[in-house]
Amino acid sequence: MSILIYTESEGGKFKKDALQIASYASEIAKKMETEVTAIAFNVTDVSELGTYGVSKVLNVSNEKLKNFNAEAYADSIAQAAKKEGAKVVVIDQTANAKFLAPLLAVHLEAGYASNVVALPESTDPFTVKRTAFTNKAFNFTTIDTEVKLIGLSKNTFPMKEQPTEINSEAFEPSLSDGDFSVNVQSVDKASDKVSIADAEIVVSGGRGLKGPENWGMIEELAEVLGAATACSKPVSDMGWRPHSEHVGQTGKPVASNLYIAIGISGAIQHLAGINAAKTKVVINNDPEAPFFKAADYGVVGDAFEVVPKLIEKLKEFKANNA
Amino acid sequence: MKILICISHVPDTTSKINFTEENTKFDTNGVQFVINPNDEFGLTRAMWFKEKQGATVDVVNVGGPETEPTLRKALAIGADAAIRVNTAAVDGFQVAKQLANVAKDGNYDLIIAGRESIDYNGGMVPGMLAGLLKANFVNTVVGLEIEGDTATVVREIDGGKETLKAKLPLIIGGQKGLVEEKDLRIPNMRGIMMARKKPMNVVEPIEAKTETNSVKFEKPAPRGATKMIDPDNLDELINLLHNDAKVI
Repeated sequence: MSILIYTESEGGKFKKDALQIASYASEIAKKMETEVTAIAFNVTDVSELGTYGVSKVLNVSNEKLKNFNAEAYADSIAQAAKKEGAKVVVIDQTANAKFLAPLLAVHLEAGYASNVVALPESTDPFTVKRTAFTNKAFNFTTIDTEVKLIGLSKNTFPMKEQPTEINSEAFEPSLSDGDFSVNVQSVDKASDKVSIADAEIVVSGGRGLKGPENWGMIEELAEVLGAATACSKPVSDMGWRPHSEHVGQTGKPVASNLYIAIGISGAIQHLAGINAAKTKVVINNDPEAPFFKAADYGVVGDAFEVVPKLIEKLKEFKANNA
Repeated sequence: MKILICISHVPDTTSKINFTEENTKFDTNGVQFVINPNDEFGLTRAMWFKEKQGATVDVVNVGGPETEPTLRKALAIGADAAIRVNTAAVDGFQVAKQLANVAKDGNYDLIIAGRESIDYNGGMVPGMLAGLLKANFVNTVVGLEIEGDTATVVREIDGGKETLKAKLPLIIGGQKGLVEEKDLRIPNMRGIMMARKKPMNVVEPIEAKTETNSVKFEKPAPRGATKMIDPDNLDELINLLHNDAKVI
């Protein structure tokens, strides 16, 4: 028996999410006196995982799995878990991981807890803490099946170096045509822009910016900070910005280290979506804006004056701290 | 084409979230329940298939009699018939099992469930349903076209979108983008009147085990005070973000 993790990679390199779940799984493994095995798809050099406590890698090298395919990946991970006799399987919560998780749970007859934010409270019964009501509450849930599937929320568990001797072995899952019945035709992804999901910093604009023509300063601020840009619901509903930028309860969740909200009043649905951000800065000209109550730092002022000044100051700061 | 829309009965997005019975139960006192927003985008897209491609649309919910007004609302929006599986929804797997049982007799070409409910945020029912029925599945769908027995599906990925093709029957996890917010329909008087005459079929549950169980809830710790910064002293903000919060 061991703990299995599904490690996501991009362009042959492990994502930060993969190293976070490796660190997380290593802690559980210590508690359960076992070891961590990873499954990786088409990664040539898997040694980085050893730094974060993984002792064995099942390395899948298969041209057909070059691109993500939920069913084929879920089937492969399930076969790996069975081969290893894994009782706990840990995945991250990227869009791809959330896609394959319920399919994997059915393959393994495993109870699945998504959006988990901490190490298990106990392992017998197996109790985890997860977010519910879109970050407005935590829910403690037991997973009662023999195999447990945990989805660890983004950015909730820090990467922790714990160098371990790592063995890599080739793993060839047996896949059928049925695994490939949903096929990707095309991918439309901006390669030069950091996504809201992966960003350390998110800069977000609301109705207070008065119109789409005023987004230049939001983009500039984001560029200075290496941040992703986002917006509130009314802004995407009015078509000022694309839906893919909408963050909030019915939009994308934000779990970045820093969230800067400009001209966003802070409706409860918006706050729910960005609650998981670690540090929140609010810039708004209305001192009564409810967002100030949910912020770590607040600036009451006209965005059209404050933001350009902030950009200049940040450029100075970056130049001095480069 | 036969479409099934899975509906979750959830607290309105503006609801205050409180718990009772020593933090083990959600406090429904004063809470307005609605169709889960992620499901409503799917329901509205289904209305388009009904009007343009002659689809019939059933809605289904797993829950007690108190959830019927939510199903009636779906009928008032334009669904043809409702099915209520008469048992409390306990966990995602048990709900998926009940839905799979309804779906296998219904010969549906397309089943839509929201990518997640806005209460438990499990994000597992549509995928587990697909796994149980061994049907094709696409999650976080923001675009859906159907021609003959083939669907073209646009899925949101981290940082972009991808377009996929799959044969029916297909199960999708829906969200905003399937239709726009402005396309959502408020039931009109005629719809509400007609909904009263549409079938509300109550079916008894099959035996289905649960895999997970909620033990208790906890509210986030109250926040510390907000540090206000003078707009003429943005150096202080940068200093705090760098030295205290350590985020830049």
